[in-house]
Amino acid sequence: MTKSTTIERRSFLRMLAGGGLALAFGTQAGSAALLSCQDVREAEAFVPELWVTLLPSGEVKIVAHRSEMGTGIATSLPMVVADEMEADWARVTIEQAPGDARYGDQNTDGSRSVRQFYEIMRQVGAAMRQMLEQAAANRWGVPVSECKAQLHEVVHTSGKKLGYGELATEAGQLEKPAESELVFKKPSERRYQGKGVPIRDMEGILDGTAQYGADVRIDGMKYAVIARPPVLGATPTSFDRAAAEAIPGVEQVLEMDAHAPAQAPGFNPLGGVAVIASSTWAAMQGREALAVKWDLGPNAAAGTESQMEMLRASSRENGEIARKRGNAVKAIADAPDDKVIRAEYEAPYLAHASMEPPCAVAHVTEEGCHCWAPTQNPQAAQGTVAQVLNLPPNQVRVDVTLLGGGFGRKSKPDYVAEAAVLSKKIGAPVQVFWSREDDIRHDYYHSVSAMQLEAALGEDNFPTAWRARSSFPAIGTSFNPAADRGSGFELDLGFKDVPWDLPHIQVESGKSSGVVRVGWLRSVCNIFHAFAAHSFADELAQAAGMDSLEFLRKLIGPPRKIDLAKDDAQYSNYGEPIDKHPIDTGRMLAVLNRAAEMSGWGRRQLAPNRGVGIAVHRSFLAYVANVVEVEVAPNGRLSIERVDIACDAGTVLHEERVRGQMSGGVLFGLSAALHGNITVRDGAVVQSNFHDYPLLRMSEAPKEINVEILPSDAPPSGVGEAGTPPAAPALANAIYAASGHRLRRLPISGQNLAHG
Amino acid sequence: MVRLRINGEEREVEVDPTTPLLWVLRDHLQLTGTKYGCGRGLCGTCTVHLGGNPARACILPVSAAAGQDIRTIEGLEGAAGEAVKDAWREHAVPQCGFCQAGQVMSAAALLEGNDAPSQQDIDDAMSGNLCRCATYDRIRGAISDAAAKLRGEGE
Repeated sequence: MTKSTTIERRSFLRMLAGGGLALAFGTQAGSAALLSCQDVREAEAFVPELWVTLLPSGEVKIVAHRSEMGTGIATSLPMVVADEMEADWARVTIEQAPGDARYGDQNTDGSRSVRQFYEIMRQVGAAMRQMLEQAAANRWGVPVSECKAQLHEVVHTSGKKLGYGELATEAGQLEKPAESELVFKKPSERRYQGKGVPIRDMEGILDGTAQYGADVRIDGMKYAVIARPPVLGATPTSFDRAAAEAIPGVEQVLEMDAHAPAQAPGFNPLGGVAVIASSTWAAMQGREALAVKWDLGPNAAAGTESQMEMLRASSRENGEIARKRGNAVKAIADAPDDKVIRAEYEAPYLAHASMEPPCAVAHVTEEGCHCWAPTQNPQAAQGTVAQVLNLPPNQVRVDVTLLGGGFGRKSKPDYVAEAAVLSKKIGAPVQVFWSREDDIRHDYYHSVSAMQLEAALGEDNFPTAWRARSSFPAIGTSFNPAADRGSGFELDLGFKDVPWDLPHIQVESGKSSGVVRVGWLRSVCNIFHAFAAHSFADELAQAAGMDSLEFLRKLIGPPRKIDLAKDDAQYSNYGEPIDKHPIDTGRMLAVLNRAAEMSGWGRRQLAPNRGVGIAVHRSFLAYVANVVEVEVAPNGRLSIERVDIACDAGTVLHEERVRGQMSGGVLFGLSAALHGNITVRDGAVVQSNFHDYPLLRMSEAPKEINVEILPSDAPPSGVGEAGTPPAAPALANAIYAASGHRLRRLPISGQNLAHG
Repeated sequence: MVRLRINGEEREVEVDPTTPLLWVLRDHLQLTGTKYGCGRGLCGTCTVHLGGNPARACILPVSAAAGQDIRTIEGLEGAAGEAVKDAWREHAVPQCGFCQAGQVMSAAALLEGNDAPSQQDIDDAMSGNLCRCATYDRIRGAISDAAAKLRGEGE
């Protein structure tokens, strides 16, 4: 490639990127025109301002810039581009982007990928199609209105055709159409969107060649495991270096520089002692032999038992008011004792436990640091690595592998930074391996919580006032030692935004402090907030003497859009404008009614010892209702017989993947509700592997799962997390219906459900 | 020196004979299709076939695998294996996919011995394989369909 063509192409790309669009065609004539994303990256030192490349061969390469961890996003967004540009999917390949701010946001977290990038992908596709049509019109000397793109070729009204590959060079020399000139396909003209296509990695998964972070193997790579401080802020006082080095295959024992402080550890590596070896097994054996002794530091007395006491006490006190409608405090104070219902709920710390524990490969050379990692957030990994190595970010490249699950854990790049630090120390590429024990004991845990809910009932025993207080260590505690209560943003997640049609509502946040790293996990605070709010709503249904479904319909009230600003509440609405994504009780009622209908609610005679529970929740701008049916044997044995899930996620790109996210999200919630329980004693996490941190197995999974996605042309919402919140309360409500046991504490396993 | 027969090929590896087969596959033979999930035989992610039976490679000393036919996801073939993979495509089973090599190996082993498994048979055979994405419902459906195909039904 000559210098001049490089410069030419750069200015072309820059022009394209200027309007928020970035796309490119092969621009050179002849055989040298084989331009791929990779070539451009190499030629231009990581300038990946490209979403699409059309080669003169007709091959189309589309960039997936978000991380693939099971949602199908690395297929769905490129599919939108291909659809809009009328590309033949069989001629499309998908390339995974490394971390680079020029793609915009890459943090695959918060169920944001589709809602933030759907429009951009459509624009890219439409621009490609229109430029190809224009190129054909120019070649033929006819008006562009007579030319129509159709499955990888442009067809003239006369019937003559030109393939996309034949037009690549000329199209690449045209100006990108302005945003106002873009014309989108009609929904009825779509080939792939809605229906979906097979996921990118299906064949690799089935033949074992799909590359996860754990599978990266590069020349000269060493394997490392780290004995991390059992307590946040602990430091090693002694270890048996000789014993570790005596293990065949162990090459070096290194003390990690302590990076993470005892408070607010951020994304920093935790420190400890690393064993470098020629294989993972040797490194693990070496770590066993180290027998590290620790100075446990300032957190050595921390424990969940005392912490729960503190959180419970806090949830009974007046907290910081996050939403106020009417005067719930007065309504409750004025109500006679028999018209006040009060209940306390609590939920434990949870671990992410993705099937692939964290891991990363780093290779530090004179040029910089190259990392390969299963990361949800390659830009944060890039930034953190740059920081710990004291390099400018543009000397750190983070390649994103497949993720063996993420659920929020893998958007924290501490493990990538560990690999970078070690590679620099040993002067060779190294893979840091986390065992399951490492993963369970050194997570950024989903927060523990205590909540108190109160209601005043009217004459008819229907509630008039709702007061809800929530105390939990904030995610902020991982980053800011002064964070001493749940933040406004965290209260937004399923607590502040209850859609009840009641005259008095007050939501408060109580004081708290943390004992371990806290982070976001699939649906975040929605998990415990939905558990408390929708279980308590069911308690109120009993108090009102109403059927749970009838009660919920009345509690939610008529179809309307709720304006939380009228209740003095600041509401972040998952980062989206409230007029684009309102809190719409009409949509909420629609999924509620549909799930009830699917389950045969009220129409179906249940077998003895069976019960059904229902919950509906809006999160990540999607509406999901669950009906769970359980059997609780008189001896207390629980089985989940059936789950009916109805979802309105707005415009859906890939229905099959969305159905998978819904059923997977609900089962993730059921797994947590049944089993999830991380406890801390003497500053250290007690659990370590699947024997004491069990996950839902097939034998416990609902015997029947039905999912319906309601048709909608509303803007796309988030689907990766929205299935999880209603699962726990629907399950707990079903258990109540079957057994009479009202469960106000999670997890369920270990609690006595015997009845009758 | 340990001699192994993996996916029909004879391989020799210079390792401590107590090394679990999983790490021999992954670190010494670059067969990374078999995954680590727990290291204690609790999650089934590392499932391979040993003499046609499902085995957890993370707790199997490599010496115990010597002399037997070892089959990994990379070398899965035969009617049951192909039927399972077809059904996995058909039902779009995988989400993140990390546990799926183990799931496919367990399912293929089940169908090798039983081409008409009941729902209970399927749950019993598959409950040692964890899936954090919880694709269990599609796995059940895919195995039932693969079995029907093996019996010559449901075409």
